[in-house]
Amino acid sequence: MSTRMINFFESTGLNWFVPFIRMSKGEKPGEQLSIILKTIGLPVFAFAIFLFLWDVSASKVNTSLGQVPGPSQVLEQAQSLVDEYYAEGEKESAFYARQEKRNAAKLAKDPEAKVKTRTYNGRPTYLDQIWTSLYTVFTGFILASFIAIPIGIICGLNQTIYSALDPIIQIFKPVSPLAWLPIVTMVVSALYVSDDPMFAKSFVTSAVTVMLCCLWPTLINTAVGVGSIDKDLINVSRVLRLNWFQKLTKIVLPSSIPMIFTGLRLSLGVGWMVLIAAEMLAQNPGLGKFVWDEFQNGSSNSLGRIMVAVLTIGFIGFILDRLMLSLQKSVSWDKTAVIK
Amino acid sequence: MSASYLSIEQVSIEFPTPTGPFKALDEVSLKIDKGEFISLIGHSGCGKSTVLNIVAGLHQATTGGVILEGKEVNEPGPERSVVFQNHSLFPWLNCYENVKLAVDTVFKKTMSKSERHEWVMHNLDLVHMTHAAKKRPGEISGGMKQRIGIARALVMKPKVLLMDEPFGALDALTRAHLQDSLMEIQADLNSTVIMITHDVDEAVLLSDRIVMMTNGPEATIGEILHIDLPRPRNRLALADNPTYNHYRAQVLSFLHERHSKPAAA
Repeated sequence: MSTRMINFFESTGLNWFVPFIRMSKGEKPGEQLSIILKTIGLPVFAFAIFLFLWDVSASKVNTSLGQVPGPSQVLEQAQSLVDEYYAEGEKESAFYARQEKRNAAKLAKDPEAKVKTRTYNGRPTYLDQIWTSLYTVFTGFILASFIAIPIGIICGLNQTIYSALDPIIQIFKPVSPLAWLPIVTMVVSALYVSDDPMFAKSFVTSAVTVMLCCLWPTLINTAVGVGSIDKDLINVSRVLRLNWFQKLTKIVLPSSIPMIFTGLRLSLGVGWMVLIAAEMLAQNPGLGKFVWDEFQNGSSNSLGRIMVAVLTIGFIGFILDRLMLSLQKSVSWDKTAVIK
Repeated sequence: MSASYLSIEQVSIEFPTPTGPFKALDEVSLKIDKGEFISLIGHSGCGKSTVLNIVAGLHQATTGGVILEGKEVNEPGPERSVVFQNHSLFPWLNCYENVKLAVDTVFKKTMSKSERHEWVMHNLDLVHMTHAAKKRPGEISGGMKQRIGIARALVMKPKVLLMDEPFGALDALTRAHLQDSLMEIQADLNSTVIMITHDVDEAVLLSDRIVMMTNGPEATIGEILHIDLPRPRNRLALADNPTYNHYRAQVLSFLHERHSKPAAA
């Protein structure tokens, strides 16, 4: 049991839990304690210093929206955002309860009566906005992966195609999402025309912008991974007379999987950063829009709420990276490689 | 003259370079009988590997050609399997799967599933590697990897086994073990083998004939030495054998006196 937990934490990169498990088993407690001090004590100490400096310096800056919030104000705002979520939830269930009651009464009077069911149109809460952001970033990321991996494989297999595409890749790679957004917005408005759209335009715009920025790390890493397959392995496939498809599935893909996943992890990181900017401008109801709305709102709580969003964005980004890391470790066949 | 099992006929090869074509091999001709063990020896860069790659079909000769059992060799194929110097196992497959991949590809139509499994296990046993069947290449030693490499080449039931410095990267003791294994296997299966080597002792111990190549460019066969030692051969017994030492001396004198590498001086 405990070995399985240790393996789990090591594979997800959450190594700092490991000494606790070891210590609970009575495995050299003194040594584990010094590991805990090093892996947890030091970061906690550094974090405390950070909070102290933040608190001291924030109180010295006065803006038109009041003082820059310190850690305690931010915590307060985080609490109020969670409270709002619950309050909104209660409102929603109350709404549905009322509606049901009304409809039931109508039906009791006249079984033939037409009953209207409306969905609740409340304000999106902070947690809804987090959800929207995650949904948007994964849509863009998955779209990008479906495009980037095949193109990367083709580029890796064929030097001529790679040379042809390289300048295009190199020119578009450094373009900021803010530059793409106006173009994407116009193109989406022109092409995505429907009376009953399945997705909101703002969502499509943000997802496509994320996609455009997610393409490059995956594409380049896939191309490099496929291009650097050991020549002898290719010779083995020639001796075995593998056909094109067998060569792809038996040799090219397995051997480049670690590099492909390195690319995917970078892409997801880029996508998450880009998303916030895209949402701000496209007004997609996610974290980016939350930040923008709070900025426009300009109440005395706004800066604190934005700070909560900043920390949330950072924390989610960190979790996403850990998820990709454990995925990357689980598919990597080279167990000696150090992946961080 | 009767047709031989494998014949390399007036093979020359030129590689294009920016400064014009580079002629690596010039008119290499060699006839090999079934069951013969041939070593190719020569200084590095003399085109030994190129000869082997042409027989394997991985390179195309510019002029001349290779004929195996009356058919010209144009492309690589499992009837001329290759043992590469750095084993070239797929690191994401375990030993069993590495060998199985070859069996599955080559005998997909001619063997049933259980026959294929049996055949893999038989060959792993032949190279004494059944105990590590579930291990990945990264988890076993260099000598063991090369044993798996040999098993993978043998399962294809090759007409000719081509070995490109198979033991070059191994330490002396491991190399001796593998040479003994290879001699046993070759005696069992009566395989036809072409092996590239740098090691004079290895060449004399294993071969029926040693083909000594001149230095490139335009390398060709300098001399062929018949090794007339009875089999099975025992490395300890041969150490003091005057005939064995005579052969050794002949190869050494070819390599170091008559065709010493000019750049190496």
